[in-house]
Amino acid sequence: MSEDRLSRIFAALADPTRRDIVARLSVGDATVGQLAAPYNVSIQAVSKHLKVLEDAGLVSRSQDAQRRPRHLEAEVFDLMTAWIERYRRQAEERFRRLDAVLAAMDDEREPTINQGAAS
Amino acid sequence: MSTNATHEAATRETTIEADPNLPTIRIVRDFDAPRDKVFRAWTDPELVVQWLGPKSTEMRIDQWNARTGGNYRYAALREGVEVAAFYGSFHEVRPSERMVQTFTWEGMPDGVSLETMTFEDLGDGRTRTIGLSVVENLESRDGIMASGMEVGVYEGYEKLDALLAEG
Repeated sequence: MSEDRLSRIFAALADPTRRDIVARLSVGDATVGQLAAPYNVSIQAVSKHLKVLEDAGLVSRSQDAQRRPRHLEAEVFDLMTAWIERYRRQAEERFRRLDAVLAAMDDEREPTINQGAAS
Repeated sequence: MSTNATHEAATRETTIEADPNLPTIRIVRDFDAPRDKVFRAWTDPELVVQWLGPKSTEMRIDQWNARTGGNYRYAALREGVEVAAFYGSFHEVRPSERMVQTFTWEGMPDGVSLETMTFEDLGDGRTRTIGLSVVENLESRDGIMASGMEVGVYEGYEKLDALLAEG
């Protein structure tokens, strides 16, 4: 279910620690230990955050079996951009129809409405 | 973020902001028409029906009493059949300046958002509309973003859905 997936992505990114992890992974792959270092939390807690990011498809584990560095799935962000762009385009289409309505109102020479009058 | 956009005539296209931390959607669009006129196109049901609905469907406005304390209901039709309906109340309608309304999609009757539309005079007969929707939580907001608010089919949907299915 694509919408479920999108919800998981947004939910995963709603947490500031997870957003920070994503920001750091955007620079390069990192192990759980490396990711946990700057935070005042256990490796276990960071693993939990990583699990959420993995479930959302935002982060994957690299092949290196020993260190298992985490890798950011950049394409997923392209996908989110696509969803938002689709939404934006829908709004834009609606507003273009409004442009046309406004242009047609021009031609009609509407009488001036007295906005100042008490109603 | 885009607060300095006042003089960018080129950025006439709709902009959307979805804050990652807040359940809001902000939609900004400029129009080549004075504020009173844009406001009228938003409040006169005969004008509203011409643009508010999704492209691939027809619109039917059952009620559009755009005044403080008024209400509205409209439906999207496909081949004459109602496929989605929306309703709410106008909390405040301040002529040419501001409209505040609630919004519910009847398909999800427990969901309600608060929509504030601000009409900004840009001078030279131009107007900026700023729409801010506040929904209950991030999940609802993301669902709205994902569905595009409308139930209708939209060009490009299939392409994107195929892309999603691949992933």
